[in-house]
Amino acid sequence: MIPLSWYLYLSAALFAIGLYGVLARKNAIAILLGIELMLNAANINLVAFWRYTDPAQMAGQVFAIIVFAVAAAEVAVGLSLVISIYRARKTVIADELDLMKW
Amino acid sequence: MTITDFSVILPVTLLTAWASILLLAELFLPRAQRPFLALLAALGLALTLGISLAQSAQEFAPGFGGMVVRDGFSNFLNVLFLLTGLFGVALSYRYNQRAQIERGEYYPLLLFSVAGMMLMGQAADLIVVFLALELLSFPLYILSAFAYPRPQSEEAGLKYFLLGAFASGFVVYGIALTFGASGSTDLARIVASVAAGSANLPLLTAGAGLLLVGFGFKVAAVPFHMWTPDVYQGAPTSVTAFMAAGAKTAGFAALLRVFGAAFPALAADLSPLMAILAAVTMLFGNLIAVAQTDMKRMLAYSSIAQAGYLLMAFAPFEIEAARTMAVAGALFYLLAYTLASFGSWGVVIALEKDLDRHLSIGDFAGLARRSPWLAAAMTVFMLSLTGLPPTLGLVGKIYLFRAVIEGGMVWLAVIGALTSVVSAFYYLRIVVNMFMREGEPAVEREWWLEFAIGAAAVVTVVVSLWPFPLFEWAEWAVMKLF
Amino acid sequence: MLLSEANPAAGLFVLVPWIVFAPVIGLLINAFAGKRLGERGVGWVASLASGAAFLVSALQFYALTLHPEGAQVKIAEWIRIGQLSLDWTFRVDSLSVTMMLVVSGVGTLIHIYAIGYMHEDVRFKHDPARFPRFFVFLNLFIAAMMILVSADNYLMLFVGWEGVGLCSFLLIGFWYDLDTLGRSSWANSNAAKKAFITNRVGDFGFLIAGFLIFWYMGSFAFSEVFAAAPEVAKTHPWVITAITVFMLVGVAGKSAQIPLYVWLPDAMAGPTPVSALIHAATMVTAGVYLVTRSFPLFGLTHDGQYIVATVGAVTALFAATIAVGQYDIKKVLAYSTISQLGFMVAAVGMGAYVAGMFHLVTHAFFKALLFLSAGSVILGLERGHHHGHHAPSSPVLPPQGAGNSLSHGEIDRVKEEVFDPGDIRNMGGLRARMPVTFWVYLIGALALAGIFPLAGFWSKDEILLDAFLHYPHVYWLLTLAAFLTAFYMGRQVWMVFFGKARHEAAEHAQESPSVITIPLIILAALSAFGGFINLPFKGFHQFGYWLEHTLGAIEFPPFNFMVAGVSTVLALGAIALSWFLYQRKPLEHGQTDPLAKPLGLVFVGMEQKWFIDEAYQFLFVQPYRALASWLAQKVDWDFWHEWFHDSVLVKGFVTLARLLADPVDLGFIDRVSYWLSDAIRASAETLRKLQNGFVRSYALSVVLGVAAILGYLLLK
Repeated sequence: MIPLSWYLYLSAALFAIGLYGVLARKNAIAILLGIELMLNAANINLVAFWRYTDPAQMAGQVFAIIVFAVAAAEVAVGLSLVISIYRARKTVIADELDLMKW
Repeated sequence: MTITDFSVILPVTLLTAWASILLLAELFLPRAQRPFLALLAALGLALTLGISLAQSAQEFAPGFGGMVVRDGFSNFLNVLFLLTGLFGVALSYRYNQRAQIERGEYYPLLLFSVAGMMLMGQAADLIVVFLALELLSFPLYILSAFAYPRPQSEEAGLKYFLLGAFASGFVVYGIALTFGASGSTDLARIVASVAAGSANLPLLTAGAGLLLVGFGFKVAAVPFHMWTPDVYQGAPTSVTAFMAAGAKTAGFAALLRVFGAAFPALAADLSPLMAILAAVTMLFGNLIAVAQTDMKRMLAYSSIAQAGYLLMAFAPFEIEAARTMAVAGALFYLLAYTLASFGSWGVVIALEKDLDRHLSIGDFAGLARRSPWLAAAMTVFMLSLTGLPPTLGLVGKIYLFRAVIEGGMVWLAVIGALTSVVSAFYYLRIVVNMFMREGEPAVEREWWLEFAIGAAAVVTVVVSLWPFPLFEWAEWAVMKLF
Repeated sequence: MLLSEANPAAGLFVLVPWIVFAPVIGLLINAFAGKRLGERGVGWVASLASGAAFLVSALQFYALTLHPEGAQVKIAEWIRIGQLSLDWTFRVDSLSVTMMLVVSGVGTLIHIYAIGYMHEDVRFKHDPARFPRFFVFLNLFIAAMMILVSADNYLMLFVGWEGVGLCSFLLIGFWYDLDTLGRSSWANSNAAKKAFITNRVGDFGFLIAGFLIFWYMGSFAFSEVFAAAPEVAKTHPWVITAITVFMLVGVAGKSAQIPLYVWLPDAMAGPTPVSALIHAATMVTAGVYLVTRSFPLFGLTHDGQYIVATVGAVTALFAATIAVGQYDIKKVLAYSTISQLGFMVAAVGMGAYVAGMFHLVTHAFFKALLFLSAGSVILGLERGHHHGHHAPSSPVLPPQGAGNSLSHGEIDRVKEEVFDPGDIRNMGGLRARMPVTFWVYLIGALALAGIFPLAGFWSKDEILLDAFLHYPHVYWLLTLAAFLTAFYMGRQVWMVFFGKARHEAAEHAQESPSVITIPLIILAALSAFGGFINLPFKGFHQFGYWLEHTLGAIEFPPFNFMVAGVSTVLALGAIALSWFLYQRKPLEHGQTDPLAKPLGLVFVGMEQKWFIDEAYQFLFVQPYRALASWLAQKVDWDFWHEWFHDSVLVKGFVTLARLLADPVDLGFIDRVSYWLSDAIRASAETLRKLQNGFVRSYALSVVLGVAAILGYLLLK
């Protein structure tokens, strides 16, 4: 059986990739994707912990499903915000959104 | 599921149901009847407030297998959140008409957000904490962008959303690590597993750290504060007012609940960290606020600084004897902050004539002559935020500083005092502008708004003269927290 | 409260606060509605208020006969500071009820009398609007006096003590801007001030006594003080003596004893009902009451008792000698009052509390009677004067023919001849024209002189008997004083009522109306038969038995025929002597006193009150004035204003301010604060640039925060 730590490494790597995506990509949708990666990294963790510690406890699984739902809602809200900005400004580049600063 | 389970979440359920019905009702209301929605929303909030008050006499009760709980802490916060909601409706009503953003989903979203805040106060499981966090945040993302197609509002919404989602990524990861370390998401069971020695402490510590990031983002603690000025500035002012008070209080509710109830074993590690966070937040918030000329940005930095003062309450978490008083002091200060924050944002709304040109500090010049009562009320709020008598802000700060000194962190108290002096510079500048400069500010006369501002000012002054019953209530609220 | 549910009479005790409330209600009605009620209404309201107080007192008396142990009726908490715990509590016991009955009883009679007296007085002085004010003050006095006598602690007693002092001041100065004849004058207000200030000296003593009591006994309440006193007497014997001596200073002020008696003769400037009520019957006996009330303290100190008894006895004799040389009918009575108060103080000082209180009661009767009769005589003379001159518009103007053409010398002469209705040299032969007044006056005078079987005989004899048994020197002083008392009363009666009129006013004097004479007759009856409440025979000491409930077991010495005989013989002898001097060959108009020649300088001394006022003027007033003007000119003005304030303070301050302003403030503080605020601004400007508006920078900040937190938590 694959040890728990392997899952954790995978999860951490995925989280780091997502983090990198958020920081490095200028496109707002790409940033959103990075965030989704981070959430899913957490989900891997949750499921793995559930499986390896106490499978009788439902909490890990339930939480993972809730995170799916939240992520879906997040995408819905996020994309609609991006679209409405695109309509007004014809851009989805996050770095061009700096009307407010200092 | 039993009757008790439902009675525990009755206020939240009622408010959510009310918001849903409101969403439907909007479809059937003719456009001319839209203002009626505000009244309905206020009615729902008032009804829920009544139920919460009626329940406040009841005993501690867990519900849904320990997922949620009703205790003094949640009762205190429920009242605070519902008042926040009512204030929010009062401040929005005419402003939204003026800003031509009177869309039907506004009040349901506001109510959903309040429901999320209340759920946060009642959460006893990290899953519910996350759920509540998202329930209160999503409506705020949408509300921030509510003034579309105004580009600033849209930009505020997107920035808030991206950073909020980013932060909640850390929260989820933190919860996952905590779950892995202790085998549970239930706050009480986390404590039990630590006590039994079965928990993986480094993993738990990392999880706690990531949770701190998520909540720190919500309360706008430095360095997770960067979204605050932009969002506060760009969002419609009515939304900003609601967000400044409600979201911050909800963030602190989560911090107090989770760090108080789940991680007492980590207090030795966490409380110095919190102290550093508090110090940095106070320094940054106050310093940058000095340089601001835009009123909304200035108040945004001020709200960051206030988060710093509130974070001081965690300084004595290691010392059992001082802990209760510290948390009670934080609750007290949250109430004082809610009143002063709402009041000052209300004054901004009253003065904000042209919605696309932002209000600057200079626009307050001459207000004392034009509208003396409004100027007097604004003075009260500024004094309260600075922490000067005769206001609740002073009383709250005294409680917080006492907690810090009892926690043995005199250096933190010194920083708090010094930054308070710095804060006096920008708060009192407004007072000086109102009373000593000539000017012709345009003031909107709106009954709901004036009532809300007046009530906040009167309570701020009057209760500060005899604050002990209120503090006793706050103390009683945290009695069963630990 | 010791109220038993079973006996309804005990429930009467709770009524006791009404002895204060009733007069207060009366004074409030008169103060606010006096103008509308008219003179009759005002008079009746005030009299009824006082009468109600008397009724309540009588009910207390009745309740006390059934429940001799009395009661303490608490109506309010008063002061709670540290260990000081004081209530507003009324004390009902036989001693306080005795005083209540005297105060409200005599007070009510005097209220009724005053309706008639003031009716004429305000008209004589051309200011009828002042009528209601008089009754407001009079009711206020009753209220204050009731607080004094019913107090359950020294502080509440002090409230009443100061209250009656205030009323005394207000009433002496009732005609503060007019003299007896209605001319503009400040003499009365000076007399009022003299009374008030002299009393302040006494009150100071009382206060010190009160502080000592609280310091050593830890309480003001009578019961607690008296319970603690024996212990204190054992550990600090001198404390009790000091308390009693300081209390004596207070007593000397209020009850007009040496050396503070000087205010009482001047106090006769007040209207006659005031002299009768306040300065003869009630207020001046407050000192006697205080000593009696504090009997457990005095019982513990022989030195204190000795001093008090001696002061009283010396005062009794000293004042009696002055009374012999006076011509003003009220002045004679005033010195007589001082003398009789000396008797009482001597009695209570000797520990003969029953005798002292007994004399207090009888003296209240006959001295009130004498003063009121004197008032009646004065009114009669004023009416006669009026009648003789037919000058109703202005009694101020001198008699016929006096006009603007008078030279200065003539005006002076006319002024000298201005008629004084109180001067007994202007009287004579009034017996026929004022028969009722004569008879009641005669009864009062004989009672005062101590003639068997009138009230004064019994009470004075009891004091003399006690002195004879315990303090021989007091006995001799008092006996001599009693002889002089009979003599000056005889002199007065002969001069006023017998012989022939020495002034036309006396010729035309008229009897007073019945509203005046009826109270006189009642008082005369009391003066005649009042002595029977305490006959010196076994089983007849009713008054003594009554007071025993408060004062504890009392020893009643058997009646001593020697003492009684000596005093009676002396009194009769004195009256005979006065007949020999004043009636055998009645005085003519303008004739000097027949005593003047045989006594020579002694009589001058008596007439001039032994120059005590002049001595006080020289010893206290003049040095005090000199000190005050020296302080005002040299210390206050030259030193404080000119030198310290103007030169030192102002100049120094200006110099210092200049120093602080230029080099310190501008040069240093301003520079530092500007630098500081510039620095804050500059750093704020720099820091705000971090907020560059890019979401990704914000996210980076969050990540840095995460790294810092995790680094701190995991590497620590």
